[in-house]
Order: sequence, then structure tokens, then C-alpha cells
Amino acid sequence: MKRESPPVAEIVLQIDGKAVKATEGMTVLQAASSATISIPTLCHHEKLEPYGACRLCMVEVEARGRKSYVVSCLYPVARDLIVRTRSDKVDKIRRVILEELLAHAPHSPELMRLAQEYGADKDRFEKESSFCILCGLCVRYCAEIKGKNAVGFVDHGARRKIRFVPEIASNECWDCQECFALCPTSFAQAAYFLTEALAFPGRRKAWTP
Amino acid sequence: MCSDKIDQILARHRGKPGALIRVLIEIQHEKRWLPKEALAKVAQALEVPLSRVTQIATFYKTFSLKPKGRHEVHVCTGSSCHVRGAARLLAEVQRMTGLKPGETDSESRFSLETGSCLGSCSLGPEIIVDGTHHARMTPAKVEGVLKRYS
Repeated sequence: MKRESPPVAEIVLQIDGKAVKATEGMTVLQAASSATISIPTLCHHEKLEPYGACRLCMVEVEARGRKSYVVSCLYPVARDLIVRTRSDKVDKIRRVILEELLAHAPHSPELMRLAQEYGADKDRFEKESSFCILCGLCVRYCAEIKGKNAVGFVDHGARRKIRFVPEIASNECWDCQECFALCPTSFAQAAYFLTEALAFPGRRKAWTP
Repeated sequence: MCSDKIDQILARHRGKPGALIRVLIEIQHEKRWLPKEALAKVAQALEVPLSRVTQIATFYKTFSLKPKGRHEVHVCTGSSCHVRGAARLLAEVQRMTGLKPGETDSESRFSLETGSCLGSCSLGPEIIVDGTHHARMTPAKVEGVLKRYS
């Protein structure tokens, strides 16, 4: 068999009926966004490694006649893959995910906008306002981009949460605060100021209009 | 002298981030808990971020961020022990020690924990004190067992 070895193999796959060119190693989400097909995400950030925490970017993929549901931010593109970013089942999956997340953060603007799009009922599940949806954007941004690791996960299972490490946060966070804007619920900001108030108060600068 | 022990443990693993859990286990065994200062030392010695050390130390039940008693009492509350009367056994242990699961008494004698199946279903109901299994335990017998530990 003739074997060519181009530096990167080009792959054509089908997303929502459109033929989309992608290179090997890309994820379905990257291929879709290169073709301006939008897939909703909460834990995805271009500069960060894919994480697959929120599961909102779930799509239907069909290969060799078999359908399955995968998170597009982690799923690698493949030749002749058929991807559907919207279908009844995909929409239902996203709707339930949103309903579950809304039990934790009922007033997040990002969640509310998506809830409207997918018809999610914010009152479906009993409220358990942790305000954090554990997307890990703050934790990963601080570790991967800033290299400071001022915020991390603690505990496990249902009690898992983010916490700023006072020893690091007291030196690093005041002049950065970049994770606040990434947070879909504003909880990162709240968690930081709580840590500041408890562990190293008095850092507050005079408020200037 | 205790921090000497921690330094010895750290000296063996200095600069090896992969040894994090190993080191935490050794310190936990040595001191029966993980003091905050020890976590900071571990982070520095193994070149691991402190937030990572905290994440691991809070993730596993093996690790305790609070001082533990000299003797660790585990009462099995798994299904098998439960049907053989683990609830009454636990109630008796709680009455004797005055502790709820997760607590340590003020003299640091006992720490009480429960576990949903400690692995010896055929011997149930069982309690484990400092790693020693006590099988076919009853509320009447448990006082005699706990008296042996001071």
C-alpha cells in the first residue's frame, strides 16, 4: 500500500450536514468552531487544555452506522465522522445538565441564557446554592496560564469545591484577578474576597470613582 | 523531634512530585495527622504547588487535617455488619467514648470512624482498632476490647 506521510493529515468530516476540513489531532469542537458552527460550552477556554467537566458540548457522533454521544471538547476528529450538534436527544441532554447546574447557580447569566435556548426549567431540582459549577476555569487558568496555583479544588464527591490558598493568594491575586471574568457564576470572585476577609484582611485599596 | 521525622521523610523524596501521596501517607502515619506547616513543607520539598497538596490531602479519607487520637476505632456499618447489628454496636461505642463518627476526644485517646464495609463480612459485625480486627463484636463485648487501649 502506498503510504504518504504529510506532516499533518487532513481529515474531512461532516458536521450538521456540512463537510468540514480538519487536521488530525483536532477535537470536534475545534473543527466545528473553525466552520462557524457553534456548540455551547461552559468549561472550555481556548488557551486551556480541554477538560470535559461541564458536559454541555455533548454532540451526537455517528461512525460506521453507530451513534453515540460524546463531549466534543475532548473527542478527536476522525475521517467520515458524522456529527450532529443539535438533535432531540442532544438537546435533552443539555437541558438536563443545565437544570442540574441551575440548582447550584440559579442566577448565572450564562446559564440563564442557555436555559432559555434549551427550555431548561431552573426550578426542576431543589436548590442547593453552592454558586460554583466546578467548571475548573479559575483553577486551570491559574495553573496553566499564570503558573501560580493560587486556587485549587478541595474535598471530593458532593463536597468538592474551589478554595483559594491564602498563602499564595495573599501575594498573587490582588494584581491579577483575571479568573473573576472567566467564572460563569461570579463565585471565583466571591471565594477570593471571602478568603481575603478571613485570612489576610486589609488589602483593600481605597475606592476611587 | 517530630519535625525531624518529617524532614527525614522529605529528604528521601525531595524534588519528586510523584511521591506526593507516599510522603503524605508517611507523615500521616508518623504524626497521625497532617499539620498545616507539614503541608507547606511538603509543597516546598517536592516542588508541588500548595493547592495541589491541599487537594490531595482533602481528597482521601486516609489523611486528616485535624489531630487524631492515639487509637483509631473503625466501626463497620456495611450492609453485612448492619444486618448483624452494627447500629447497636456503633451506638454502644459512641456511648462509651462519647464521640460521634469523625470526632476525637479531648484526651486524644480515641478517634471514631465508620466505614461502609471494612472488608471482613464473614466476621461481622466487626470493629478495627489500630488495624486489629475484632470479629463478631457485640455491644456487651466491645467495652472489654476498648479498655485494652489507653
